[in-house]
Amino acid sequence: MSTAVEVRNLKAWFGPTEALHGIDMSIASTHATAVIGPSGCGKSTFIRCLNRMHETNPEARAEGEVKIGGMDIYGVPAVDVRRRVGMVFQKANPFPTMSIYDNVAAGLKLNGMRDRRVLDEVVEHSLQQAALWEEVKDVLKKKSGASLSGGQQQRLCIARSLAVDPEVLLMDEPASALDPISTAKIEDLIFELKQKLTIVIVTHNMQQASRVAEFTGFFLMGSLVEFDRTEKIFTNPSDKRTEDYITGRFG
Amino acid sequence: MPNKYRKLRRQLMDYFFTGLAGSLSVVVVGALVAIFAYLVIRGAGALNFSFFTEPPRPVGEAGGGMANGILGSLMILAIASVFGVPVGIAAGVYLAEFGRHRLAKLVRFTADVLNGVPSIVIGLVAYGLVVIEQRHFSAFAGGVGLAIMMIPTVTRSTEEMLLLVPQAVREAALGLGIPQWRTTVSIILATARSGIITGVMLAFARVAGETAPLLFTAFGNQFWSFSPGQPIAALPLQIFTYAISPFDEWHRQAWAGALVLVILIVGTTTAVRFLFLRSTLGGAR
Repeated sequence: MSTAVEVRNLKAWFGPTEALHGIDMSIASTHATAVIGPSGCGKSTFIRCLNRMHETNPEARAEGEVKIGGMDIYGVPAVDVRRRVGMVFQKANPFPTMSIYDNVAAGLKLNGMRDRRVLDEVVEHSLQQAALWEEVKDVLKKKSGASLSGGQQQRLCIARSLAVDPEVLLMDEPASALDPISTAKIEDLIFELKQKLTIVIVTHNMQQASRVAEFTGFFLMGSLVEFDRTEKIFTNPSDKRTEDYITGRFG
Repeated sequence: MPNKYRKLRRQLMDYFFTGLAGSLSVVVVGALVAIFAYLVIRGAGALNFSFFTEPPRPVGEAGGGMANGILGSLMILAIASVFGVPVGIAAGVYLAEFGRHRLAKLVRFTADVLNGVPSIVIGLVAYGLVVIEQRHFSAFAGGVGLAIMMIPTVTRSTEEMLLLVPQAVREAALGLGIPQWRTTVSIILATARSGIITGVMLAFARVAGETAPLLFTAFGNQFWSFSPGQPIAALPLQIFTYAISPFDEWHRQAWAGALVLVILIVGTTTAVRFLFLRSTLGGAR
Protein backbone atom coordinates (compact mmCIF):
# COMPACT_ATOMS: atom_id res chain seq x y z
CA MET A 1 0.00 0.00 0.00
CA SER A 2 1.55 3.26 -1.07
CA THR A 3 1.54 6.50 0.87
CA ALA A 4 -0.32 9.48 -0.53
CA VAL A 5 0.40 12.03 2.19
CA GLU A 6 3.46 11.94 4.38
CA VAL A 7 3.30 14.25 7.39
CA ARG A 8 6.43 14.84 9.48
CA ASN A 9 6.58 16.92 12.66
CA LEU A 10 3.78 19.25 11.57
CA LYS A 11 3.17 22.16 13.93
CA ALA A 12 0.53 24.85 13.56
CA TRP A 13 -0.16 28.08 15.39
CA PHE A 14 -2.96 30.58 15.80
CA GLY A 15 -1.15 33.73 16.85
CA PRO A 16 1.03 32.68 19.80
CA THR A 17 -1.02 29.53 20.57
CA GLU A 18 0.35 26.25 19.31
CA ALA A 19 -2.61 24.22 18.04
CA LEU A 20 -0.71 21.21 16.68
CA HIS A 21 2.32 19.87 18.51
CA GLY A 22 4.27 17.99 15.88
CA ILE A 23 2.11 15.49 14.02
CA ASP A 24 3.54 12.47 12.19
CA MET A 25 1.20 10.55 9.96
CA SER A 26 1.41 8.47 6.79
CA ILE A 27 -1.88 8.51 4.92
CA ALA A 28 -2.52 5.57 2.64
CA SER A 29 -3.23 6.20 -0.99
CA THR A 30 -6.72 5.40 -2.40
CA HIS A 31 -8.13 4.69 1.03
CA ALA A 32 -10.16 6.77 3.44
CA THR A 33 -8.58 7.97 6.63
CA ALA A 34 -10.75 9.35 9.41
CA VAL A 35 -9.62 11.95 11.90
CA ILE A 36 -11.58 11.91 15.15
CA GLY A 37 -11.34 13.66 18.48
CA PRO A 38 -13.18 16.07 20.76
CA SER A 39 -13.95 19.66 19.74
CA GLY A 40 -10.91 21.88 19.70
CA CYS A 41 -8.43 19.00 19.48
CA GLY A 42 -6.89 20.32 16.27
CA LYS A 43 -8.38 17.88 13.75
CA SER A 44 -9.73 20.61 11.46
CA THR A 45 -6.52 22.57 11.81
CA PHE A 46 -4.65 19.43 10.85
CA ILE A 47 -6.44 18.79 7.58
CA ARG A 48 -6.42 22.50 6.76
CA CYS A 49 -2.63 22.29 6.91
CA LEU A 50 -2.66 19.56 4.27
CA ASN A 51 -3.79 21.95 1.54
CA ARG A 52 -2.41 25.10 3.13
CA MET A 53 -5.84 26.53 3.90
CA HIS A 54 -4.71 27.00 7.50
CA GLU A 55 -2.52 29.93 6.54
CA THR A 56 -5.39 31.84 4.88
CA ASN A 57 -6.18 33.01 8.41
CA PRO A 58 -3.89 36.05 8.80
CA GLU A 59 -2.84 35.07 12.32
CA ALA A 60 -2.08 31.46 11.52
CA ARG A 61 1.12 29.72 10.47
CA ALA A 62 2.38 26.19 10.12
CA GLU A 63 5.75 24.46 10.16
CA GLY A 64 6.96 20.99 9.35
CA GLU A 65 6.96 18.71 6.36
CA VAL A 66 4.00 17.55 4.34
CA LYS A 67 4.72 15.55 1.21
CA ILE A 68 1.99 14.72 -1.24
CA GLY A 69 3.06 12.39 -4.03
CA GLY A 70 6.64 13.41 -3.32
CA MET A 71 5.88 17.14 -3.52
CA ASP A 72 6.80 19.16 -0.43
CA ILE A 73 3.68 21.31 -0.15
CA TYR A 74 5.39 24.03 1.84
CA GLY A 75 8.00 24.39 -0.89
CA VAL A 76 5.63 25.19 -3.78
CA PRO A 77 2.97 27.90 -4.29
CA ALA A 78 -0.17 27.28 -2.23
CA VAL A 79 -2.29 27.52 -5.36
CA ASP A 80 -0.54 24.47 -6.86
CA VAL A 81 -1.10 22.50 -3.67
CA ARG A 82 -4.80 23.26 -3.56
CA ARG A 83 -5.32 22.11 -7.13
CA ARG A 84 -4.01 18.69 -6.16
CA VAL A 85 -5.64 18.56 -2.74
CA GLY A 86 -9.36 19.38 -2.84
CA MET A 87 -11.45 20.34 0.14
CA VAL A 88 -15.07 19.91 1.17
CA PHE A 89 -16.22 22.00 4.10
CA GLN A 90 -18.57 21.38 6.99
CA LYS A 91 -21.20 23.73 5.69
CA ALA A 92 -21.94 23.44 1.97
CA ASN A 93 -20.62 26.60 0.36
CA PRO A 94 -21.61 26.82 -3.30
CA PHE A 95 -20.90 30.14 -5.01
CA PRO A 96 -24.24 31.84 -4.45
CA THR A 97 -24.42 33.85 -7.66
CA MET A 98 -23.40 31.02 -9.98
CA SER A 99 -25.48 28.37 -11.72
CA ILE A 100 -24.96 24.71 -10.94
CA TYR A 101 -22.87 24.38 -14.08
CA ASP A 102 -20.69 27.38 -13.26
CA ASN A 103 -20.18 26.16 -9.72
CA VAL A 104 -18.72 22.90 -10.94
CA ALA A 105 -16.76 24.56 -13.75
CA ALA A 106 -15.42 27.37 -11.53
CA GLY A 107 -12.14 25.70 -10.61
CA LEU A 108 -11.25 25.11 -14.26
CA LYS A 109 -12.71 28.31 -15.71
CA LEU A 110 -11.03 30.60 -13.22
CA ASN A 111 -7.74 28.86 -13.83
CA GLY A 112 -7.98 29.69 -17.51
CA MET A 113 -9.79 26.74 -19.12
CA ARG A 114 -11.95 28.08 -21.97
CA ASP A 115 -12.71 25.04 -24.12
CA ARG A 116 -16.48 24.57 -23.81
CA ARG A 117 -16.38 20.93 -24.86
CA VAL A 118 -13.90 20.07 -22.15
CA LEU A 119 -15.89 22.05 -19.59
CA ASP A 120 -19.16 20.33 -20.52
CA GLU A 121 -17.52 16.96 -20.22
CA VAL A 122 -15.86 17.69 -16.88
CA VAL A 123 -19.08 19.13 -15.43
CA GLU A 124 -21.08 16.08 -16.41
CA HIS A 125 -18.44 13.63 -15.25
CA SER A 126 -17.93 15.41 -11.91
CA LEU A 127 -21.65 15.62 -11.20
CA GLN A 128 -21.98 11.93 -12.02
CA GLN A 129 -19.13 11.07 -9.70
CA ALA A 130 -20.86 13.09 -6.99
CA ALA A 131 -24.16 11.26 -7.68
CA LEU A 132 -25.92 14.51 -8.45
CA TRP A 133 -26.14 14.42 -12.25
CA GLU A 134 -29.55 12.78 -12.53
CA GLU A 135 -31.11 15.29 -10.14
CA VAL A 136 -29.79 18.44 -11.80
CA LYS A 137 -29.04 17.63 -15.45
CA ASP A 138 -32.10 19.53 -16.71
CA VAL A 139 -31.48 22.71 -14.73
CA LEU A 140 -27.69 22.94 -14.96
CA LYS A 141 -27.61 26.51 -16.19
CA LYS A 142 -31.03 27.61 -15.03
CA LYS A 143 -30.78 27.08 -11.31
CA SER A 144 -28.27 28.56 -8.93
CA GLY A 145 -26.22 26.32 -6.69
CA ALA A 146 -27.77 27.97 -3.67
CA SER A 147 -31.27 26.87 -4.68
CA LEU A 148 -30.52 23.19 -4.11
CA SER A 149 -31.28 21.36 -0.85
CA GLY A 150 -28.59 21.11 1.82
CA GLY A 151 -27.59 17.58 0.87
CA GLN A 152 -27.54 18.40 -2.83
CA GLN A 153 -25.44 21.50 -2.14
CA GLN A 154 -22.88 19.38 -0.33
CA ARG A 155 -22.72 16.95 -3.25
CA LEU A 156 -22.41 19.95 -5.58
CA CYS A 157 -19.42 21.09 -3.54
CA ILE A 158 -17.92 17.62 -3.84
CA ALA A 159 -18.46 17.71 -7.62
CA ARG A 160 -16.82 21.14 -7.71
CA SER A 161 -13.76 19.76 -5.92
CA LEU A 162 -13.60 16.72 -8.19
CA ALA A 163 -13.73 18.87 -11.32
CA VAL A 164 -10.12 19.99 -10.85
CA ASP A 165 -9.12 16.31 -10.58
CA PRO A 166 -7.37 16.24 -7.20
CA GLU A 167 -5.30 13.34 -5.87
CA VAL A 168 -6.45 13.89 -2.32
CA LEU A 169 -9.83 15.04 -1.06
CA LEU A 170 -10.04 16.56 2.40
CA MET A 171 -13.48 16.50 4.00
CA ASP A 172 -14.09 18.57 7.10
CA GLU A 173 -17.19 17.08 8.77
CA PRO A 174 -18.94 16.94 5.39
CA ALA A 175 -22.16 15.42 6.73
CA SER A 176 -22.51 17.02 10.14
CA ALA A 177 -25.12 19.50 8.92
CA LEU A 178 -27.13 16.95 6.95
CA ASP A 179 -30.06 14.65 7.64
CA PRO A 180 -29.53 10.85 7.80
CA ILE A 181 -30.52 10.20 4.19
CA SER A 182 -28.20 12.86 2.80
CA THR A 183 -25.49 11.61 5.14
CA ALA A 184 -25.88 8.10 3.78
CA LYS A 185 -25.50 9.44 0.24
CA ILE A 186 -22.29 11.23 1.16
CA GLU A 187 -20.96 8.05 2.78
CA ASP A 188 -21.80 5.99 -0.31
CA LEU A 189 -19.98 8.59 -2.30
CA ILE A 190 -16.87 8.29 -0.15
CA PHE A 191 -16.92 4.57 -0.86
CA GLU A 192 -16.97 5.19 -4.60
CA LEU A 193 -14.44 8.00 -4.56
CA LYS A 194 -11.77 6.20 -2.60
CA GLN A 195 -11.37 3.73 -5.46
CA LYS A 196 -9.55 6.50 -7.28
CA LEU A 197 -8.42 9.06 -4.77
CA THR A 198 -7.24 9.46 -1.23
CA ILE A 199 -9.74 10.75 1.29
CA VAL A 200 -9.07 12.32 4.66
CA ILE A 201 -12.27 12.92 6.57
CA VAL A 202 -12.74 14.74 9.84
CA THR A 203 -15.79 13.53 11.69
CA HIS A 204 -17.49 13.84 15.03
CA ASN A 205 -19.46 10.73 14.33
CA MET A 206 -17.54 7.61 15.32
CA GLN A 207 -19.99 5.31 13.56
CA GLN A 208 -19.30 7.26 10.42
CA ALA A 209 -15.57 6.85 10.89
CA SER A 210 -15.96 3.10 11.32
CA ARG A 211 -18.24 2.87 8.28
CA VAL A 212 -16.18 4.78 5.75
CA ALA A 213 -12.55 4.70 6.79
CA GLU A 214 -9.89 1.99 6.75
CA PHE A 215 -7.65 4.05 9.01
CA THR A 216 -8.44 6.32 11.92
CA GLY A 217 -6.37 8.84 13.79
CA PHE A 218 -7.41 10.03 17.24
CA PHE A 219 -6.45 13.61 18.11
CA LEU A 220 -6.40 15.08 21.57
CA MET A 221 -5.28 18.58 22.52
CA GLY A 222 -3.21 19.12 19.41
CA SER A 223 -1.48 15.73 19.40
CA LEU A 224 -2.08 12.55 17.48
CA VAL A 225 -2.67 10.07 20.27
CA GLU A 226 -3.18 6.97 18.20
CA PHE A 227 -3.25 6.14 14.52
CA ASP A 228 -4.08 2.68 13.27
CA ARG A 229 -6.49 0.55 11.28
CA THR A 230 -10.03 1.63 12.09
CA GLU A 231 -11.16 -1.68 13.54
CA LYS A 232 -8.14 -1.71 15.83
CA ILE A 233 -8.94 1.81 17.09
CA PHE A 234 -12.54 0.95 17.79
CA THR A 235 -12.15 -2.55 19.18
CA ASN A 236 -8.75 -2.71 20.79
CA PRO A 237 -7.10 0.70 21.16
CA SER A 238 -3.58 0.75 22.55
CA ASP A 239 -3.92 4.04 24.39
CA LYS A 240 -6.10 4.52 27.46
CA ARG A 241 -7.19 7.98 26.25
CA THR A 242 -8.45 6.57 22.94
CA GLU A 243 -10.43 3.98 24.79
CA ASP A 244 -11.94 6.61 27.10
CA TYR A 245 -12.98 8.68 24.12
CA ILE A 246 -14.53 5.96 22.00
CA THR A 247 -16.38 4.53 24.96
CA GLY A 248 -17.84 7.97 25.61
CA ARG A 249 -16.12 8.73 28.87
CA PHE A 250 -15.26 12.26 27.72
CA GLY A 251 -15.46 14.54 24.68
CA MET B 1 -61.37 39.08 34.96
CA PRO B 2 -57.72 40.09 35.10
CA ASN B 3 -56.88 37.70 32.29
CA LYS B 4 -59.31 39.32 29.92
CA TYR B 5 -58.04 42.75 30.90
CA ARG B 6 -54.48 41.77 30.15
CA LYS B 7 -55.43 40.42 26.76
CA LEU B 8 -57.20 43.66 25.87
CA ARG B 9 -54.22 45.66 27.01
CA ARG B 10 -51.87 43.61 24.85
CA GLN B 11 -54.15 44.05 21.89
CA LEU B 12 -54.33 47.82 22.35
CA MET B 13 -50.57 48.08 22.65
CA ASP B 14 -50.23 46.01 19.50
CA TYR B 15 -52.57 48.34 17.59
CA PHE B 16 -50.78 51.39 18.95
CA PHE B 17 -47.26 50.33 17.95
CA THR B 18 -48.30 48.89 14.60
CA GLY B 19 -50.08 52.15 13.92
CA LEU B 20 -47.07 54.19 15.04
CA ALA B 21 -44.62 52.25 12.86
CA GLY B 22 -47.04 52.46 9.94
CA SER B 23 -47.62 56.19 10.19
CA LEU B 24 -43.90 56.92 10.54
CA SER B 25 -43.25 54.94 7.36
CA VAL B 26 -45.87 57.09 5.68
CA VAL B 27 -43.88 60.16 6.77
CA VAL B 28 -40.76 58.77 5.09
CA VAL B 29 -42.49 57.88 1.84
CA GLY B 30 -44.61 61.02 2.11
CA ALA B 31 -41.56 63.31 2.02
CA LEU B 32 -40.49 61.88 -1.32
CA VAL B 33 -44.00 61.89 -2.71
CA ALA B 34 -44.53 65.50 -1.57
CA ILE B 35 -41.31 66.70 -3.22
CA PHE B 36 -42.12 64.90 -6.41
CA ALA B 37 -45.74 66.08 -6.47
CA TYR B 38 -44.71 69.68 -5.87
CA LEU B 39 -42.13 69.50 -8.65
CA VAL B 40 -44.73 68.10 -11.03
CA ILE B 41 -47.26 70.82 -10.11
CA ARG B 42 -44.78 73.65 -10.50
CA GLY B 43 -42.61 72.28 -13.26
CA ALA B 44 -44.68 70.11 -15.55
CA GLY B 45 -46.36 73.16 -17.12
CA ALA B 46 -43.06 74.44 -18.52
CA LEU B 47 -42.08 71.08 -19.96
CA ASN B 48 -42.46 70.75 -23.69
CA PHE B 49 -40.61 69.31 -26.62
CA SER B 50 -38.27 72.25 -27.01
CA PHE B 51 -37.26 72.01 -23.35
CA PHE B 52 -35.46 68.81 -24.25
CA THR B 53 -34.16 69.90 -27.66
CA GLU B 54 -33.16 73.55 -27.40
CA PRO B 55 -30.63 75.52 -25.39
CA PRO B 56 -31.84 78.60 -23.47
CA ARG B 57 -33.04 81.64 -25.42
CA PRO B 58 -32.14 85.23 -24.50
CA VAL B 59 -34.12 86.88 -21.72
CA GLY B 60 -37.48 88.14 -22.92
CA GLU B 61 -37.71 85.69 -25.74
CA ALA B 62 -40.24 82.98 -24.96
CA GLY B 63 -39.41 79.26 -25.38
CA GLY B 64 -36.05 77.59 -25.30
CA GLY B 65 -35.02 74.76 -23.02
CA MET B 66 -32.30 73.11 -21.07
CA ALA B 67 -31.20 70.50 -23.58
CA ASN B 68 -27.59 71.60 -23.31
CA GLY B 69 -27.81 71.37 -19.52
CA ILE B 70 -29.20 67.83 -19.66
CA LEU B 71 -26.45 66.77 -22.03
CA GLY B 72 -23.85 68.61 -19.94
CA SER B 73 -24.98 66.93 -16.74
CA LEU B 74 -24.85 63.51 -18.36
CA MET B 75 -21.37 64.23 -19.69
CA ILE B 76 -20.04 65.48 -16.35
CA LEU B 77 -21.58 62.52 -14.54
CA ALA B 78 -20.11 60.11 -17.06
CA ILE B 79 -16.65 61.62 -16.54
CA ALA B 80 -17.13 61.53 -12.77
CA SER B 81 -18.19 57.87 -12.88
CA VAL B 82 -15.30 56.87 -15.13
CA PHE B 83 -12.84 58.21 -12.56
CA GLY B 84 -14.75 57.81 -9.33
CA VAL B 85 -16.27 54.34 -9.59
CA PRO B 86 -13.14 52.29 -10.41
CA VAL B 87 -11.04 54.14 -7.83
CA GLY B 88 -13.77 53.76 -5.22
CA ILE B 89 -14.32 50.06 -5.87
CA ALA B 90 -10.59 49.34 -5.95
CA ALA B 91 -10.11 51.17 -2.65
CA GLY B 92 -13.08 49.29 -1.18
CA VAL B 93 -11.55 45.98 -2.25
CA TYR B 94 -8.27 46.97 -0.63
CA LEU B 95 -10.02 47.87 2.62
CA ALA B 96 -12.06 44.68 2.70
CA GLU B 97 -9.21 42.32 1.82
CA PHE B 98 -6.33 44.00 3.67
CA GLY B 99 -8.36 45.98 6.19
CA ARG B 100 -6.19 45.32 9.21
CA HIS B 101 -3.08 46.94 7.80
CA ARG B 102 -2.09 50.33 9.25
CA LEU B 103 -2.34 51.97 5.84
CA ALA B 104 -5.86 50.57 5.46
CA LYS B 105 -6.95 52.20 8.68
CA LEU B 106 -5.58 55.49 7.39
CA VAL B 107 -7.39 55.05 4.08
CA ARG B 108 -10.66 54.27 5.85
CA PHE B 109 -10.32 57.30 8.11
CA THR B 110 -9.46 59.54 5.15
CA ALA B 111 -12.46 58.30 3.21
CA ASP B 112 -14.77 59.10 6.11
CA VAL B 113 -13.31 62.58 6.49
CA LEU B 114 -13.48 63.19 2.74
CA ASN B 115 -17.13 62.20 2.87
CA GLY B 116 -17.76 65.05 5.28
CA VAL B 117 -15.86 67.75 3.37
CA PRO B 118 -18.31 70.41 2.13
CA SER B 119 -18.95 70.17 -1.59
CA ILE B 120 -17.94 73.78 -2.19
CA VAL B 121 -14.48 72.91 -0.84
CA ILE B 122 -14.30 69.93 -3.19
CA GLY B 123 -15.14 72.39 -5.98
CA LEU B 124 -12.24 74.58 -4.92
CA VAL B 125 -9.90 71.60 -4.97
CA ALA B 126 -11.00 70.67 -8.50
CA TYR B 127 -10.55 74.32 -9.45
CA GLY B 128 -7.03 74.29 -8.11
CA LEU B 129 -6.16 70.90 -9.59
CA VAL B 130 -7.65 71.23 -13.04
CA VAL B 131 -8.96 74.71 -13.87
CA ILE B 132 -5.84 76.63 -12.80
CA GLU B 133 -3.59 74.10 -14.51
CA GLN B 134 -5.55 74.20 -17.77
CA ARG B 135 -6.33 77.91 -17.45
CA HIS B 136 -9.96 77.43 -18.40
CA PHE B 137 -13.22 75.95 -17.07
CA SER B 138 -14.26 72.59 -18.46
CA ALA B 139 -16.65 69.68 -18.20
CA PHE B 140 -13.60 67.61 -17.31
CA ALA B 141 -12.91 69.79 -14.25
CA GLY B 142 -16.53 69.38 -13.14
CA GLY B 143 -16.24 65.63 -13.59
CA VAL B 144 -13.08 65.53 -11.47
CA GLY B 145 -14.86 67.46 -8.70
CA LEU B 146 -17.81 65.08 -8.66
CA ALA B 147 -15.50 62.07 -8.90
CA ILE B 148 -13.73 63.19 -5.71
CA MET B 149 -17.13 63.32 -4.05
CA MET B 150 -18.11 59.84 -5.29
CA ILE B 151 -14.94 58.07 -4.21
CA PRO B 152 -15.46 57.93 -0.42
CA THR B 153 -19.08 56.79 -0.71
CA VAL B 154 -18.25 54.09 -3.24
CA THR B 155 -15.20 52.99 -1.24
CA ARG B 156 -17.00 52.55 2.04
CA SER B 157 -20.11 50.91 0.59
CA THR B 158 -17.97 48.51 -1.48
CA GLU B 159 -16.01 47.59 1.63
CA GLU B 160 -19.20 46.96 3.62
CA MET B 161 -20.67 44.81 0.86
CA LEU B 162 -17.50 42.75 0.41
CA LEU B 163 -17.30 42.09 4.13
CA LEU B 164 -20.83 40.69 3.96
CA VAL B 165 -19.63 37.93 1.62
CA PRO B 166 -19.29 34.87 3.87
CA GLN B 167 -15.79 33.64 4.65
CA ALA B 168 -16.97 30.21 3.45
CA VAL B 169 -17.25 31.54 -0.12
CA ARG B 170 -13.64 32.78 -0.04
CA GLU B 171 -12.47 29.44 1.35
CA ALA B 172 -14.39 27.54 -1.31
CA ALA B 173 -12.60 29.48 -4.02
CA LEU B 174 -9.14 29.33 -2.46
CA GLY B 175 -9.67 25.61 -1.78
CA LEU B 176 -10.06 25.03 -5.52
CA GLY B 177 -6.63 26.48 -6.16
CA ILE B 178 -8.00 29.70 -7.56
CA PRO B 179 -5.44 32.48 -6.98
CA GLN B 180 -6.27 35.21 -4.47
CA TRP B 181 -6.69 37.95 -7.08
CA ARG B 182 -8.97 35.76 -9.20
CA THR B 183 -11.03 34.90 -6.17
CA THR B 184 -11.49 38.56 -5.38
CA VAL B 185 -12.31 39.63 -8.92
CA SER B 186 -14.43 36.73 -10.15
CA ILE B 187 -16.03 35.39 -6.99
CA ILE B 188 -16.12 37.92 -4.17
CA LEU B 189 -16.93 40.94 -6.33
CA ALA B 190 -19.50 38.91 -8.27
CA THR B 191 -21.16 37.74 -5.09
CA ALA B 192 -21.35 41.28 -3.70
CA ARG B 193 -22.34 42.75 -7.05
CA SER B 194 -25.84 43.92 -6.29
CA GLY B 195 -24.77 45.62 -3.08
CA ILE B 196 -21.86 47.35 -4.78
CA ILE B 197 -24.11 48.60 -7.56
CA THR B 198 -26.52 49.99 -5.01
CA GLY B 199 -23.63 51.83 -3.37
CA VAL B 200 -22.44 53.22 -6.69
CA MET B 201 -25.95 54.36 -7.54
CA LEU B 202 -26.30 56.10 -4.19
CA ALA B 203 -23.05 57.95 -4.82
CA PHE B 204 -24.18 58.78 -8.36
CA ALA B 205 -27.54 60.08 -7.20
CA ARG B 206 -25.88 62.16 -4.54
CA VAL B 207 -23.44 63.95 -6.84
CA ALA B 208 -25.88 64.25 -9.73
CA GLY B 209 -27.66 67.09 -7.97
CA GLU B 210 -24.52 68.85 -6.75
CA THR B 211 -24.22 72.48 -7.74
CA ALA B 212 -21.43 73.91 -5.63
CA PRO B 213 -18.54 71.86 -7.06
CA LEU B 214 -19.60 72.83 -10.58
CA LEU B 215 -19.77 76.60 -10.03
CA PHE B 216 -16.14 77.22 -10.79
CA THR B 217 -15.25 74.05 -12.62
CA ALA B 218 -17.86 73.24 -15.28
CA PHE B 219 -18.93 76.88 -14.92
CA GLY B 220 -22.09 76.61 -16.98
CA ASN B 221 -22.76 77.57 -20.55
CA GLN B 222 -25.76 79.13 -22.29
CA PHE B 223 -24.93 77.33 -25.51
CA TRP B 224 -24.32 73.81 -26.77
CA SER B 225 -20.97 72.32 -25.96
CA PHE B 226 -19.91 68.81 -26.84
CA SER B 227 -16.31 69.03 -25.73
CA PRO B 228 -15.13 67.84 -22.34
CA GLY B 229 -12.42 70.50 -22.55
CA GLN B 230 -14.86 73.42 -22.68
CA PRO B 231 -17.12 75.06 -20.10
CA ILE B 232 -20.42 73.22 -20.16
CA ALA B 233 -23.96 73.67 -18.91
CA ALA B 234 -25.28 71.42 -16.17
CA LEU B 235 -28.83 71.03 -14.92
CA PRO B 236 -28.17 72.00 -11.29
CA LEU B 237 -26.22 75.07 -12.40
CA GLN B 238 -28.94 76.09 -14.80
CA ILE B 239 -31.60 75.61 -12.12
CA PHE B 240 -29.55 77.71 -9.73
CA THR B 241 -29.06 80.54 -12.23
CA TYR B 242 -32.70 80.51 -13.26
CA ALA B 243 -34.09 80.26 -9.75
CA ILE B 244 -32.29 83.38 -8.51
CA SER B 245 -33.15 85.37 -11.63
CA PRO B 246 -35.91 88.00 -11.55
CA PHE B 247 -37.83 86.54 -14.54
CA ASP B 248 -41.04 84.53 -14.14
CA GLU B 249 -40.40 82.58 -17.32
CA TRP B 250 -37.00 81.47 -15.97
CA HIS B 251 -38.56 80.49 -12.64
CA ARG B 252 -40.95 78.20 -14.44
CA GLN B 253 -38.06 76.69 -16.36
CA ALA B 254 -36.10 76.21 -13.15
CA TRP B 255 -38.99 74.16 -11.73
CA ALA B 256 -39.13 72.14 -14.90
CA GLY B 257 -35.37 71.64 -14.72
CA ALA B 258 -35.62 70.40 -11.14
CA LEU B 259 -38.30 67.93 -12.18
CA VAL B 260 -36.18 66.68 -15.07
CA LEU B 261 -33.15 66.35 -12.80
CA VAL B 262 -35.04 64.19 -10.32
CA ILE B 263 -36.46 62.01 -13.08
CA LEU B 264 -33.01 61.72 -14.63
CA ILE B 265 -31.50 60.52 -11.35
CA VAL B 266 -34.28 58.08 -10.54
CA GLY B 267 -34.34 56.85 -14.13
CA THR B 268 -30.59 56.28 -14.39
CA THR B 269 -30.29 54.49 -11.06
CA THR B 270 -33.26 52.26 -11.84
CA ALA B 271 -32.01 51.48 -15.33
CA VAL B 272 -28.51 50.62 -14.15
CA ARG B 273 -29.83 48.37 -11.40
CA PHE B 274 -32.11 46.66 -13.87
CA LEU B 275 -29.38 46.17 -16.48
CA PHE B 276 -26.80 44.80 -14.07
CA LEU B 277 -29.07 42.71 -11.93
CA ARG B 278 -31.18 41.18 -14.67
CA SER B 279 -28.57 38.54 -15.39
CA THR B 280 -28.68 37.30 -11.81
CA LEU B 281 -30.27 33.85 -11.73
CA GLY B 282 -33.89 33.58 -10.75
CA GLY B 283 -33.28 31.07 -8.00
CA ALA B 284 -30.35 32.91 -6.46
CA ARG B 285 -31.08 34.96 -3.39
